Amino acid sequence: MLELKNVSYEVNDENVNKEIIKNISFTIDERFVAITGPNGGGKSTLAKIIAGILTPTEGRIFLDGKDITDLSITERAKNGISFAFQQPVRFKGITVKDLITFAVGHSITTTEACSYLSEVGLCAKDYINRELNASLSGGEAKRIEIAMTMARGTSLSIFDEPEAGIDLWSFQSLIKVFEMMHEKSGGSIIIISHQERILNIADKVIVLANGELVNIGSKDEVLPGLLVDGPGCEKLISKM
Amino acid sequence: MDKITKDLLEQVAGLHEIPTGAYNIRKDGELYGRNVSANIDIVTKTDKPGIDIIVKDNTVNESVHIPVIIAQSGLKESVYNDFFIGENCDVTIIAGCGIHNGGKDASEHSGIHSFDVGKNSRVKYVEKHYGQGEGTGERIMNPKTNILLREGSYMEMDTVQIEGIDSTKRETTARILDDAKLIIKEKIMTHDKQYAETNFSVDLDGENSSTDVVSRSVAKDESTQLFKSEINGNGVCHGHSECDAIIMDNASVKAVPALTANNVEASLVHEAAIGKIAGEQLIKLMTLGLSEEEAEKEIVAGFLK
Repeated sequence: MLELKNVSYEVNDENVNKEIIKNISFTIDERFVAITGPNGGGKSTLAKIIAGILTPTEGRIFLDGKDITDLSITERAKNGISFAFQQPVRFKGITVKDLITFAVGHSITTTEACSYLSEVGLCAKDYINRELNASLSGGEAKRIEIAMTMARGTSLSIFDEPEAGIDLWSFQSLIKVFEMMHEKSGGSIIIISHQERILNIADKVIVLANGELVNIGSKDEVLPGLLVDGPGCEKLISKM
Repeated sequence: MDKITKDLLEQVAGLHEIPTGAYNIRKDGELYGRNVSANIDIVTKTDKPGIDIIVKDNTVNESVHIPVIIAQSGLKESVYNDFFIGENCDVTIIAGCGIHNGGKDASEHSGIHSFDVGKNSRVKYVEKHYGQGEGTGERIMNPKTNILLREGSYMEMDTVQIEGIDSTKRETTARILDDAKLIIKEKIMTHDKQYAETNFSVDLDGENSSTDVVSRSVAKDESTQLFKSEINGNGVCHGHSECDAIIMDNASVKAVPALTANNVEASLVHEAAIGKIAGEQLIKLMTLGLSEEEAEKEIVAGFLK
């Protein structure tokens, strides 16, 4: 279970303090939790705060009852948090197999790599020895990012806009991955998304706008309001 | 074979025992072992230290190992190795030098290698430099490589210096004739107060000649690196050079690329990038459970792989 208590995050922008995250509290114990809201609303910042990449200026974060606020990224990873980036990081010389090996924590066979890569629609044979460098397309890199997160099998996984850039691979497959991950590790999966099809599978939906938590509840409670007069652009939402 | 010799041979030439095929092992300024094959002859020079390696026309799938080992502290030598590769060959040459310096005097090896690669031949040349030893004496290597690629030939030069060389000045010159191609891949890591200088100069003289010079380096601690590359396009040719460096701690890296086109059909490109390890790369590996130090180590190892 993840619990945020009065978490705020401020940055100093040209000597003006700007609050990106404003006093947010919630608990997450559900299978799938979607965080949505307009661009620039603080969703990715919040994900980075949970993963330990950013340190909150106020508030505490608890994972399964343990205060993890002062733990480093590495310590949080070891305590069971995984984070799939919105923009996958490119390396030079580090292969897909290396990365899955780091994710799993021990050396792996091609068959094991295949069990993760096939779930994201990639053939291990074609990919394990490839470098995760700029030669991979955005969609390929994104799917490998998802496979790495899956391979970790932690109790909390955060996906920052997992659907972006994976157009040739269906939403249905992505949802299958989330279901499979939950089946295997039994943990919670937080998905930052604008996509209605992703929001529709959520057990809980959190809406962030201007750094504030504007709504939280089941999808039946939150989605109608979000689509009618929520913070998202109605015209865009109507085109989803 | 004693342990130091064995270790050094393994480091520089990947040898666990005496190799099969043609080889010439030089240790502490003297011949340690030699074998020739039906197609590859090795002859000691009479006018200066060094050997001639003569590969007959049409020799394919053969290799030559010519490692040099220096275990005696304070030894300084210049060795001239000339390769004469016939026509239509396909051979692999594994050179390399390992210095073990257990004393206080500087040990120095300057290998001057020249290649004359015959028409339509392919050569893979692997050169690895490595130093070790508990002594305070410097380990110095100044390799020089002069290459002539004749019509339709191809050469790939992999040069690696990962550890233990205090000072190096590497000079490589090449002249590329019609339809010939030279690929150079350099990997260097310096640490402590080491100094590494690289100088590539390639003349693309032939029609449809081409070269690709790629250097990847990591400079740590207080070390200094200088990378110079010069490509002269004198005909219808294609030249590309790339210097990609990771800088850490208080190190310094300078890249000085030069491109000269003397023909309107010459197409020359240079790319250079020097910078610290990207923060997002460290963060990504840390989110997978690696510590910052482990992440840094893996990123450097991958970069130099």
